[in-house]
Amino acid sequence: MTSSVERLTTSLSQRFGDALTDAHVACGQAVIELKPNQLLAVCQSLKDEETYSFEQLIDLCGVDYSTYGKADWETQSTSDTGFSRGVSEDIFDDEAEARPHFAVVYHLLSIKHNHRLRVRCMIDETPAKIESVVNIWASANWYEREAFDLFGILFEGHPDLRRILTDYGFIGHPFRKDFPLEGNVEVRYDPEQKRVVYQPVTITNRVLVPRVIRDDTRYEEVKGEE
Amino acid sequence: MPEIRNMTMNFGPQHPAAHGVLRLVLELDGEVIERADPHIGLLHRGTEKLAESKPYNQSIGYMDRLDYVSMMCNEHAYVMAIEKLMGITPPIRAQYIRVMFDEITRILNHLMWLGTHALDIGAMTMFLYCFREREDLMDCYEAVSGTRMHATYLRPGGVYRDLPDTMPQYEVSKWHNEKEIKNMNKERQGSLLDFIEAFTDKFPGCVDEYETLLTDNRIWKQRTVDIGVVSPERALQLGFTGPMLRGSGIEWDLRKKQTYDIYDRVDFDIPVGTNGDCYDRYLVRVEEMRQSNRIIKQCVDWLRQNPGPVILDDHKFTPPKREEMKGDMESLIHHFKLFTEGYCVPEGEVYSAVEHPKGEFGIYLISDGANKPYRVKIRAAGFAHLSAMDEMVRGHMLADVVTVIGTQDIVFGEIDR
Repeated sequence: MTSSVERLTTSLSQRFGDALTDAHVACGQAVIELKPNQLLAVCQSLKDEETYSFEQLIDLCGVDYSTYGKADWETQSTSDTGFSRGVSEDIFDDEAEARPHFAVVYHLLSIKHNHRLRVRCMIDETPAKIESVVNIWASANWYEREAFDLFGILFEGHPDLRRILTDYGFIGHPFRKDFPLEGNVEVRYDPEQKRVVYQPVTITNRVLVPRVIRDDTRYEEVKGEE
Repeated sequence: MPEIRNMTMNFGPQHPAAHGVLRLVLELDGEVIERADPHIGLLHRGTEKLAESKPYNQSIGYMDRLDYVSMMCNEHAYVMAIEKLMGITPPIRAQYIRVMFDEITRILNHLMWLGTHALDIGAMTMFLYCFREREDLMDCYEAVSGTRMHATYLRPGGVYRDLPDTMPQYEVSKWHNEKEIKNMNKERQGSLLDFIEAFTDKFPGCVDEYETLLTDNRIWKQRTVDIGVVSPERALQLGFTGPMLRGSGIEWDLRKKQTYDIYDRVDFDIPVGTNGDCYDRYLVRVEEMRQSNRIIKQCVDWLRQNPGPVILDDHKFTPPKREEMKGDMESLIHHFKLFTEGYCVPEGEVYSAVEHPKGEFGIYLISDGANKPYRVKIRAAGFAHLSAMDEMVRGHMLADVVTVIGTQDIVFGEIDR
């Protein structure tokens, strides 16, 4: 199994060469990273070419990498901030705002060859924009609407890019890391106006468990295998 | 000459045949569907975002609430993703328990589907029959986890505890006298495995009953044959998985093709349809129930003969035993760290998929090395199926919309997440 994954990865990096920025195996799964301008061409070949024949787009999702690797609590060096003091109010620095932090991840499946592939495409434009693959795989339709709704990634060439999961008239893109967990507005029934009204949220988010990153030597082995 | 216009109709979100909170905007020409536009998201709870704000183990319970008729299969995909990232393998007995409960869950799901689907298109008795058997399976859930539905039973590294030796009993009440209770408790005298075995013995007979009522039923066939036909090519294009794909004649089952846990050690067949219509998908699912029953039987046999640990004994991610904790400082520390902070998962990403009763259920997990996931993406089978709704109902009559919703086995918990 693993060797066939490696063979697939090698074959992909030979075939697409320049279009890829990376090709590796992670946890026994093939991963390639694409340049956004090559996306459509590569996807079309991945679907049509006999060696790959990825007939199915199993999943498509957006990822917001803006706070990747940031923890609430320093664990490496000794600090004078315990947890209650250490929960950072604002872990977004301006530097992160500036660099590209959205990615779209495609999971492909070939029923013919029984293999899977993960394709990642980092987006460096602001606002985040990428070409739609809906003409290659019809199942991309709703997945792209979802990624647009939750992350605000625009898919060029999508026939019907509407919000899908959030409420009618919703403002913002809730799965971005800078969107608060408790949201911005809440609804209640107003007996005077006799209708449901929106108002700013009255709850606050309590972080009970801080986000910590610890190095663990036991996992060196696992990482080494990749 | 009066002006003839298409009519736009709202179906749901409070329609009983909408299987939850589906709002379907239908454009009708007389009674023929011109266009269907499903509006989803009425049950959106942001599970993926919530999971990002919690330690790994605290999200297991959320997985139950995704597809709330096949709870343990959801959990299975999630814990498998964590296990893959950490590079651990649960003990073999835990794998058997997981597979056994996956199949119990599959029967639970298919019974729910069959009952409601048949009810929607006019067969009342099916609903009562199916829910009768569901009750027994719910009791298995309860015996093992304490809850009938939202089990939270699986853990990275195994399952929460071993199978119980006794089954809960019914008690005498003003509705049931002693004689009735004795009869109801007849199969509950032994262990959970005895109870499950008794179930597997009688269940094929129950499936025969369902089939007697439906398979050759003239009305059932009129309502399902040649409705919502999907060709194999389109099924692949539209991202169909599970019974929806097999109904179109493609032999694809993750349990066989990309096997996980001990599915390679049990013997079962994959049923495949030929026409890709609602009737074929019905036949596929009914046969799947029989096959699941076979798998459960094999698991029961194995579990009887092979006692052993059901969770890894590594206290970096599984809690130590309660008694140990009382006397051993090390265990106390482990317990404290696990429940206040959780465990850190090594940096990386993984996609783990299981053959869920509805299709492929996948968890895409990105970890940046923290004790909480960086991103969790839930790949729900129903999401892709529902997106094909427009294509499947176009040109059909209004009443067939209900059939197609039924055949897709829609559950909003997983679609809206």
